[in-house]
Parts: sequence; structure tokens; C-alpha cells
Amino acid sequence: MAAPSTTADVMAAPAQRGDDNYLTNEKGIVSWLTTLDHKRIGILYMMCVMGAFLLGGVFALLLRTELLTPGPTIVGHDTYNKLFTLHGAVMVFLVIIPGTPAALGNFVLPLQLGAKDVAFPRLNLASWYLWVIGALFMVASLVTNAVDTGWTFYTPYSTSTTTSVIPALFGAFVLGFSSIFTGLNFITTIHKLRPPGMTWFKMPLFLWALYSTAVIQVLATPVLGITLLMLIVERAFGIGIFDPALGGDPVLFQHFFWFYSHPAVYIMIVPAFGVVSEIIPTFSRKRIFGYKLIALSSVSIAILGFLVWGHHMFVSGQSVVASSVFSAITFLIAVPTAIKVFNWISTMYKGAIHLDTPMLYALAFLWVFTIGGLTGIFLAVMSVDVHLHDTYFVVAHFHYVMMGGAITAFFGGLHYWWPKIFGRMYNEKLGRIGAVTVFTGLNVTFFPQFILGTRGMPRRYYNYLPEFQSLHVLSTIGAYILGIGFLITAIYLIASLRKAYDAPANPWGANTLEWRTVSPPPYYNFHHTPTVTEGPYDYENWAYNEKTGGYERTDGPTELTA
Amino acid sequence: MFTQVHSLMVLAFSAPERFEPKLPPSPFFWMPNQATVYSEGVDSLFNLLVWISVISAAGILAAMVYFCAKYQAPKRGAKALSQVDHHNTLEITWSVGTLVVCLAVFAWGFKDYLSERTGPKEAYEIHAQGQKWNWTFTYPNGFVDSTLHVPVNTNVRIVIRSIDVIHSLYIPEFRVKMDAVPGRYTTLWFNATKEGTFPVDCAEYCGTHHSDMLSEVTVHDARGFEKWLADAAKAMDNKPPVELGELIYKTRGCANCHTTDGSPKVGPSFKGVWGRKETLASGESISVDENYVHESLMEPQAKVVQGFAPVMPTFKGQLSDKQIAGVIAYLKSLK
Repeated sequence: MAAPSTTADVMAAPAQRGDDNYLTNEKGIVSWLTTLDHKRIGILYMMCVMGAFLLGGVFALLLRTELLTPGPTIVGHDTYNKLFTLHGAVMVFLVIIPGTPAALGNFVLPLQLGAKDVAFPRLNLASWYLWVIGALFMVASLVTNAVDTGWTFYTPYSTSTTTSVIPALFGAFVLGFSSIFTGLNFITTIHKLRPPGMTWFKMPLFLWALYSTAVIQVLATPVLGITLLMLIVERAFGIGIFDPALGGDPVLFQHFFWFYSHPAVYIMIVPAFGVVSEIIPTFSRKRIFGYKLIALSSVSIAILGFLVWGHHMFVSGQSVVASSVFSAITFLIAVPTAIKVFNWISTMYKGAIHLDTPMLYALAFLWVFTIGGLTGIFLAVMSVDVHLHDTYFVVAHFHYVMMGGAITAFFGGLHYWWPKIFGRMYNEKLGRIGAVTVFTGLNVTFFPQFILGTRGMPRRYYNYLPEFQSLHVLSTIGAYILGIGFLITAIYLIASLRKAYDAPANPWGANTLEWRTVSPPPYYNFHHTPTVTEGPYDYENWAYNEKTGGYERTDGPTELTA
Repeated sequence: MFTQVHSLMVLAFSAPERFEPKLPPSPFFWMPNQATVYSEGVDSLFNLLVWISVISAAGILAAMVYFCAKYQAPKRGAKALSQVDHHNTLEITWSVGTLVVCLAVFAWGFKDYLSERTGPKEAYEIHAQGQKWNWTFTYPNGFVDSTLHVPVNTNVRIVIRSIDVIHSLYIPEFRVKMDAVPGRYTTLWFNATKEGTFPVDCAEYCGTHHSDMLSEVTVHDARGFEKWLADAAKAMDNKPPVELGELIYKTRGCANCHTTDGSPKVGPSFKGVWGRKETLASGESISVDENYVHESLMEPQAKVVQGFAPVMPTFKGQLSDKQIAGVIAYLKSLK
């Protein structure tokens, strides 16, 4: 996209890798903990998010193992309740919300803008430290007495349980600020640091997605913060806000909670849309279909996402009128969502499809997200939701969207940008095996849960009726397959780090700016700000070079870093 | 294979002691039995959605697989056959098409939901109460039971309340669910069309024994229901105190937390409880007598035994003097 404005600089010899790239230009743990480099902060986030993902994953495997039998299997009632609470809280607050935006977005966003860094590098480091503090509070709650409220913290259960709710709430409160700061940073960066020639409609769709996400983070997260604070005040000082015994209203908490947590669903899935919008055109060697509609549908989903929280409360005693309005607006969200899926599929039409690991994850995303989206319609229909609400159908639906959608896209993005981030190619064959294993595992785990739900199995059940056992066993087998898939992935990704740098600047032939610098990028990203003349998905000027294993510009130098 | 796994598991882990409602086999793949008028409407719409989903998902899968096979790059770096990046007619068609289908589905769901929530003017009224961790149902004659009994082909309204945290009354075979919210009444109604016994669940997470907060609903023919209600009320009145107390212990949630075999659960065991010296959380000690039992039923948090969490709900206003006397007699009998 970026035709170099001056040729003199870029005709010089390409920068030598390994001597002064961002990974090696400073050494020692202190240089990492005090770094202001968006790339290093992205990696700090990535390591933390992966650690949390492992923790949440272990909780998930323990839960699934417990559910192998209708009665007690490996843990007791209370431990089970704590496990599902921690699994949910860790996966939502520590993994999926920061996953794509804070880990991948931090690394990629300034590079896609041809910028040296985000607008506020110090704020960026501060948000990572807030994440760490928030995570420590969550872990502190874990080692004291854990929490057994479910990640939703519904009152008055959360104000009356004897488990240590306050550290977990405070952790989520601090994590909220981390999220707000990242959002603020990204909005400012996209507004102020776009390079010459990059108009709004020449931005890569990943940036549109991160922008929409950032808007939700900044506008919705403060409501969660205030709600959690009110809950802490009620629990610690007995001031009645939500607890009816103190004159409060428990349903008010649900309104406040979902006013944040529904938009938060879009904080989790909209960045995934962005990742998939980068991968599919690149691996189809074809301009993305319906660019403007994909960009604007992210924005419309972000806006409409604020107006549908009441669809979580159709059986809470909420009035019929309110439920109907929430249900109607929920259906409107189906339209931009469907448009995206149709556009991604159409992008593949008459393309030249390369089935590499990132593309396999993107295809897996298309399938599981379609299932997740379609089953969302069942839950948006009020009469059907009355039956399905709080059953395994809901569990299956949101795991298809969150695990199948957000996490699959995150892993797609991780594989897509891995050569850029670390300068090494991973073992492609193992990559494909990993992707197929994860895809198989998640369908085997979560599809049976739809059937459990429609047949009337409520969620968050430690014991269940013996009639449901065979489907639970199947689901647990799926969870073990998922675990194996992620284990394979972890092994070959870590193994790739032991190699010498071997990744070309542009292994996939993408036309966004992050591929116009060396892999891994130098500390300053680009020698000077590039000028953008092409669209982000124009692949005409790239040709594959078998010798380097990467794509090179046909009209000038590939790397703008000399 | 699953049966084998099952029998192995049963050998390895003994079955829990808890009330397990009967789940009659269903003729449908997805849904449980249809036992109300409303459930037929819900299932028609549900089936329509299943077909919409199957067709959409199959279409998307077919396109994905076909494109991957047909347009797979012959070699790395191959160029695409076309760079077409929009098609107005196609895009307008699929946007408007999606919108129309969604609005139609919304309208159907709205119509059914409205009728479910509004309900008929005249209905047989039963009060349901959720508390950790059992349901109690109060019939118009004042009889209280831990299971729900209703006459067939009759409009029944359930008025729901909770005395502690939020629960949710869920009868899958009736396709109805409504939260039990402390501090307010909520209602649901149904007209059962099928005689039989079906599970009643708690669907809103409510703590330790959430998954044991089960009951069942029995649909009787009209005369059978009247007879059941009269007999059950009479039997309750004529029971000797110890048996009455045992019934209360088994049906009103006591057994979820207090065992009779000496092993502590959420609360202390009742085995040999009468006259036992207990150290309280405050450090004082008391011995279990009539006054202590009465106080613990009315104000459970007043004197909590050391080592146990103050989580017991109150039974104030829920047990008659005769029933309390029965509980006391039953505790005395547990040597």
C-alpha cells in the first residue's frame, strides 16, 4: 500500500536482523519492565494473557472432568462452584478482553499506521501494570477463599456468600481501568497518527475493528467500574443498593452489570472480526469484498451493542415492553453480523486460496462463528429464550462465540503475525495439525451442550440427572481434544523461538504496512513515515520469491526500514 | 460405550443422596416432552429456527468448502482470478433478506411471549417459594408441599417469591421459567395438557446446592387432583409428631445441609443432636434444647455453631406450631 515517498533512503541495504531489532536493542529484565515500546508491551501482554489462558484452561478441564458423572467425581459442590466462577472470570477479564486488542493490537496497530509507537506510550505501560495488579487481586482471591458467585456476581448472592468476593471485584475494577486506558490510547493513535494518504476508508479493517472496540471500552467500562464499586460498598459497609434486605433492588444490579457486559461481548468479538478481515483477503490473494460495509458494520455493532442489555433478563421479572424493545434491537444486530460473514465468504470467490495455518483458523472461525451467531437468534426470540435461558444452550452459544469466535481468531492472528513479532516461522505442518485439532475439539465439546440445553439441563449444575450423562461425557472428551490441540500449538510455537531468525519481511504477501518492515521490526519500526497510495488489500504489486520464502514488491523495495 | 463408562463411574463413585425427579423419555430429538399448550407454540418456532440455521450453516459450509476446493492456489504466490470487491444487488439482497427474516421471527416470538406473560384472567393460583435449596408450594387450602401438583387442562398461575437470593423456577416440559426475586412477586402461568410427572429445577445459580434444588410437578386429572390435595392435607394433620418432623426434614430442605448419620455438611449433623453441648461462633456454649431449635428455625443467624457458615435461611412464618413441635420430636428421636 505504501509506495515509498523518497526512494533514496529505501534503496540502501536492508537493515541487518538480529543486531538492533526491538527484541535485542536493550537487554535485561528491567529493560522489559520499564519499556515504552508498544511491541515489547504487546509481548508482555501476550505472555500474561497466555499464562491466564493456561490457568483458565486448567479450570475448564477440571470442570469437565467433574461433569463426567452425574454425582461427585473429583471435587465437591463448593469447589466446583469456585472453579466455574474462576474459569469464567479469568477467561473473560484476563484473557479474551485483553487478548486481541492489548496483546496483538498493541504490537500491530502502530505498525499498520506506519507509526513509531502509540500516542501515549507511558499510558500504554501503565495499562499493562494495571492488568498485572488486577490479575494479582484475582489470584489473591483465589488463594484466600476463592469466589463462588459465577463471573456475573449477581446480587444478593454475591453480597451474602462467605467467599472472598471483594478481592475479585476489586481485581475486575482495576482491570477495567487497564481496558479503558488501552481504548483511549488506540482512539487517539488512530485519529492522530495515521500516515499521509491513509484516509479512514484506506485503513486496514483490523484498525476499524480496534477503533470500534476502543469506543466501547471507553464508554462501557466505567459503568462496570461504578457497579463493582457499589457492590464492594454494599458488601463492606452494608449500604443498601442491590440487597432487598437493606432496601435495595437486586434486578438493578443485573441492569448495571449487563449495560457493561453486553457491550463487553463486542469488546471480545469485534477485534476477532478485524483479524479475520486481514487473514481472509491475504490468503485468498484478493481484495476484500464489501470493505465499507465491513468497516461500518463494526461501528454499527458497537453502537447497537449498547442498547440490547435487557435481552439477558427476559425471565428476571423485567416488563414485557422493555423485553420486547431489547429483543427487537437485538435482531437488528443480526444484520451487520450476517453481512460480515457473507462478505468474508464472497472474498474467497475466485481468489487464489492458500490453506496455511492462519487461514485454517479463519475458516474455523467462519464456521463456529456462524453457529454461534445463528444460535444467538434462538436466544433473542423471547418465547424460545424463556425455555433456553440459563440452560446449557446458553453455555454452548457463548462458547461458540467466545471460545470458537474470539479465541480462534486470536490464534489465527497469533499465527499470522508470529513471523513478524518474533522473526521466526513456526512448523507449518504442526500448525495445521494444531488448528484442525482445536477445531475438532471445540465442536465436540460445545455442540453436545446445545442438545443438553434444549433438553432442559440448567447451567452451573454440579449434580445432574443421569439421562444427561452420555452428552456430558462426549463434551468432556471434546475438552480433552481441545487441551491436546493447544498443547501441540504451545510446543511448536515455543520451539520456533529457539531457531535463528528465518522469517521474511512479508511471508504471506499482505499489503498492510506492518509487512513493509523487517521481521522482527527494528526499535523505530520505520525509518520515516511511509505514504499510503494503495488500498490495504491490493495485492497486484507483490510477487512470491521462492528463495526467501516471502513476497516482495515488484515496483521497489519491500522494506521501508533502511 | 457410554453405558460402560457409566457403570464404571457408578462403581467408583457412590450416587449422591438427593431427590431425583423422574425424567420421562421424550419423543423429540431436541426438546423434552410437550406438556402444555404453550410448549407446542414454542416448539414450532424453535423448529423453524432449527431449519433456518441448518440451511444457512449448510449454505455457508458448502460455499466455504467449494471455494477452497475450486479456487485453491495452484502454487504459492498464485494470483487471484478476479479482484471483484462489491456487487450492489447481491449486498442489498442479503442485507434486506436477513432483516426481513429477523423481523418475522421477532414478531412470532413477541406474540407467544406476550400471551405467556399476560395469561388468562381466571386461573387456579399456587404460591411457590424458593429458598436455599428447596422449593415449597402453597395450595389454596393452605397445605404446603415440596412438590408441585396441578390439575390437567386447567389454567394455573404460580406466584413466585424468594426469601434469600435469586432462584428461578424452571419446568422444561412446560417451557416456562421465571426468576424468584427476593423483595418482589413474579408470576408465570400454564395450562398442562399431559398427565404425568416432570422435573422442576432451579435455573438461577444460588450457591452450594444449586444443582440439588430440584422438585417435580405431577399433572393429575381433575378429580385426582382434588383427591390428592384433600388426602395430603389430612395425612399431614394426622401424622404423629416424629413422622411429621421427619417429613418436614426431608421435604423442606433441611436434608440438603444436615445429615442424620453424624457427618457434618453445610450445617452440623442431627445425629445425637438433642442435648448436645455446642460451642458457638461467638465462643459461648449452649446445649441443644427446645428453645435453641425454635430460635434456630426463626432466627438462624442468632447462634451459629462454631466452624459453620451463617447461611441458613429463616423458617419464620413457614412452619405451624404443630410442625415445629414435630421437628423437635424428630430431633429428639435421632440418638
